[in-house]
Amino acid sequence: MNAKESGRRKFLKGGVALAGLAVGGLRVASGQSSGAEAAASPHKDSRTYGERSRFDTAERQPTGAAPYGDTALVTPIQALTGIITPAGLHFVMDHLAGVPDIDPQQHRLMIHGMVDRPLIFTVEELKRLPSVSRIHFLECNANSRPLQGPKAESVQQVHGKTSCSEWTGVLLSLLLQEASVQAGASWLVSEGAEGNKYTKSLPLAKAMEDVLVAYGQNGEPVRPEQGFPLRLLVPGWEANYSTKWLRRIKIVDQPYMTQHESTHNANLHPDGKAHWFRFEMGVKSVITRPCGGQKLPSPGFYEITGLAWSGGGTVRKVEVSTDGGRTWKNAELQQPVHRKAHTRFRLPWTWDGNETILQSRCTDDQGEMQPTIAELAKIWEVSTDYFLGSGVDHFNAIQPWKVNRDGSVHNALFS
Amino acid sequence: MRSSLNLFLLAVLASGGAVLAQTSSTYNLGRTPTQEEIRTWDIAISPDGKELPPGRGSAKEGAAIYAQKCASCHGPTGAEQGQTDFPLVGGKGTLTTLHPVRTLGSFWPFATTIWDYIRRAMPQGKEGSLTVDEVYAVTAYLLYRNGIIQESDSLNATSLPKIQMPNRNGFVPAKPAWKPREKRPFGFYP
Repeated sequence: MNAKESGRRKFLKGGVALAGLAVGGLRVASGQSSGAEAAASPHKDSRTYGERSRFDTAERQPTGAAPYGDTALVTPIQALTGIITPAGLHFVMDHLAGVPDIDPQQHRLMIHGMVDRPLIFTVEELKRLPSVSRIHFLECNANSRPLQGPKAESVQQVHGKTSCSEWTGVLLSLLLQEASVQAGASWLVSEGAEGNKYTKSLPLAKAMEDVLVAYGQNGEPVRPEQGFPLRLLVPGWEANYSTKWLRRIKIVDQPYMTQHESTHNANLHPDGKAHWFRFEMGVKSVITRPCGGQKLPSPGFYEITGLAWSGGGTVRKVEVSTDGGRTWKNAELQQPVHRKAHTRFRLPWTWDGNETILQSRCTDDQGEMQPTIAELAKIWEVSTDYFLGSGVDHFNAIQPWKVNRDGSVHNALFS
Repeated sequence: MRSSLNLFLLAVLASGGAVLAQTSSTYNLGRTPTQEEIRTWDIAISPDGKELPPGRGSAKEGAAIYAQKCASCHGPTGAEQGQTDFPLVGGKGTLTTLHPVRTLGSFWPFATTIWDYIRRAMPQGKEGSLTVDEVYAVTAYLLYRNGIIQESDSLNATSLPKIQMPNRNGFVPAKPAWKPREKRPFGFYP
């Protein structure tokens, strides 16, 4: 209703249809300087809106095998510093319909259903309300799914479906109090304004806890690929709860079993049963330097660094092993450390030139520790090979990187 | 701050949300939508089907609409791979194999979700262009092709929610029972 299909959106769709052949096309479509965007953009002068150095080449990458035909572009987490992901590098997953071109003046958010006062807000009205800014990660439930072949060697391909931003907006709890939720309500259904109007159920208790209706990302309006002009931001939970291009919230008394949650998002187990409504992302950490695909030029000093996060709360401890898991040392957690946010860790290390394995494990403020792949397999009652073939979600096993004598670094998850 | 929030949430949960009810708005921003606006915007269909609009359509009628508006992406009969990851039809008995095929018939738990999604999202690029009767008809056709109803059957707002999908019991709540903000058992990711 609010969304007009843009040339850019058609372009993205064309890229999806061409699948693997469209890598170049997708990159253009996802970048900041495609023809379609340049025509509409007032920022032609790089002095009025700054650009990166031409020597900075970090880019999102298409996965080439996005699940279920969705568009997927993954974040180069190996290139990030600190804890914030630049908006232009934030990972993108959309559910078939592409990015809508929404005029914020025309966009509306409706809140209705089991409320005393149904309401329609303009974006300007939402910006007049008391605001909050919070740093949170968003992670796709399919992030870190084990891969095979050359892609397994890329930390971006394996772990790049997570990003962290400062999000600014209105607490959803404030809006729901304005609408006055009725007794008996227990869930809400959120809906986007894109072509196929993505929709997802969310428990009301979470909506009242810490969910944002966000219009700001890292000091700017939320980017179009991230939901401009409005998106839900559901901290710590699977990113697919954080509906983009948010146009409607319906307060209800049951989960609506929408297409996404009845099909792709239901996690199928080996016994043929599908598990519904998983919420929080688990504790996870990954070393992003040195990591798979990189090469250490010579023995000597390196700072090991990476990212850790937990959907359940705050990262308390990250341990790093440089000897294949025989001993572990506490890494330094770099301030600031936020709840449900990427946390940067660092450990000084001198490589002696011998073959070794580097890995990290995270513990959060609930005492939950990141498992090994063997421990996960035991819990799932499967062999570790199962994780290669099944499209497993919420995979958060410790990621080992093997350093060879020639300095090359490889994924050692299955060795 | 944190404990007062938790207490508030406990109060919300204990009272079934009633504590949220208040008599007046604090900020007086936003406006009240008209009934017509709500009716037009509200396309979400629950599993009990209470929002389904009046209308009807048969599998036979749906076959013609499918051929004209769906087959180019989903294949001539819906059993083909088409341009999607899974076919719409078939897949019976594959969920416990290494290559599960999640079709409407083998996987989807509620027929109401099929209706909701066809109206909401199909045909891709022309979303919302099907009439209510056409959505009932295409839903009926796909259920017929999956062996769930007869070719002569027609569906409406009363009969659609009553359909028992074959995999209705194939969905389980996450185990063990776990609620947000509770500590998880080690390695359990709900």
